[in-house]
Amino acid sequence: MATLREVRNRITGVKKTQKITKAMKMVAAAKLRRAQSGVIAARPYAATMKNLLSQLVRSVDTSVNPLLAARDARSIAVIVVTSDRGLCGGFNANLIRTTLQHLGEKYPGVQEEGRLKLFCVGKKGCDFFSKRQYTIAGKYVDVYSDLVFTQAQAISREVVDGFLKGEIDVVEIVYNEFQSVARQNVVFERFLPIQTEIEAVEDAKTVDYLYEPSTVEIVDALLPRHLNFHIWKALLESNAAEQGARMAAMENATENANEMISHLQLVYNKARQAAITKELLELVGGAEALKKAG
Amino acid sequence: MFDKPFQLQIVTPARVAYKDTAVSISAPGVRGGFQVLYNHAPFLSALEIGELKVMKKDGSEIRFATGGGFLEVKDNAVVVLADSVENASDIDVERARDAKERAAGRMQSKDASVDVERARLAMLRALNRLKIAGRS
Repeated sequence: MATLREVRNRITGVKKTQKITKAMKMVAAAKLRRAQSGVIAARPYAATMKNLLSQLVRSVDTSVNPLLAARDARSIAVIVVTSDRGLCGGFNANLIRTTLQHLGEKYPGVQEEGRLKLFCVGKKGCDFFSKRQYTIAGKYVDVYSDLVFTQAQAISREVVDGFLKGEIDVVEIVYNEFQSVARQNVVFERFLPIQTEIEAVEDAKTVDYLYEPSTVEIVDALLPRHLNFHIWKALLESNAAEQGARMAAMENATENANEMISHLQLVYNKARQAAITKELLELVGGAEALKKAG
Repeated sequence: MFDKPFQLQIVTPARVAYKDTAVSISAPGVRGGFQVLYNHAPFLSALEIGELKVMKKDGSEIRFATGGGFLEVKDNAVVVLADSVENASDIDVERARDAKERAAGRMQSKDASVDVERARLAMLRALNRLKIAGRS
């Protein structure tokens, strides 16, 4: 049985840990608010971009821009968006597991045949894949501490470069989508070539725009922006989801610590009671012995 | 001529910079500047680096520096899809000057890894911001 002092020390230890988890939860909550407002601020742009793109893409042929043209999927690249930091529950593990599973189903044998390239955003994903003989084409760590649009542009530029040079035929992006504080959803999206069969827009009537300059030139200008924005959105979503996941994980940890403390307190009380009883017995026994002797 | 307002939205990836009615907007199209008034035909244009000038119903004018993008007109609703916009009064002249110096340095450098085209665009954006800030 644990001694009284040992139990007491553990209780103090757990209490200290609990203080940390509580603080981390608060920090995550504050960061989550900021991250969420970022996601919301990007929505109008997303909606407009999608509208324009679906309007335009219907009116041009996929051959006008190489970013639209589908090729044989020989070489696959995946942009894996994870977090830089841990202590956010199953956030990263979940995403990595789903990624591998999805790749296995959709492109069987792609890793074994060396046709897979990864662009890793976030330290956790980088660490995982570089330990396991995956080809890492791009590594982007420490992007979340100061999330700016130029980072999304930089990533997008590298991926698009590889695609245009013919080193990659298909690019997918996988990230945690922010659903609610307690829920993240791993989503796979096609990044390149850009899918043109964007779901049929509800209002079927096409507006006859005057284009300036030509449609083709506008498409050329619009597509890179769409790609930049796609990555930007993934970063924003992932960032918000990460803070949500961390908040939930730390909430759980704090609760578990509570449970543990109450359990330890019970053990402590019992041990203390036992010690007192023992001491009493000894006293009484001693007194009896003295009485007999006297 | 400036009596009928239309809906105007200026959005960037980071924020909604303007959402209100306006009676006129002038924008730097790639084929030259243009102005949109009430009842403009459906129109879609790519924008250059330059200045967006918005006139509100009360006649007041708001000016933005923009780094390019698109402008869409449909049913008296104008949407500007901009890469970046900055209100003329919010432009940080110091920062713009720094950006200009940096871009100039990059354009001069002989390093092969430097993307001259990107440096040139950064230069144009910085100059544009300086120009617009200088006028207010």
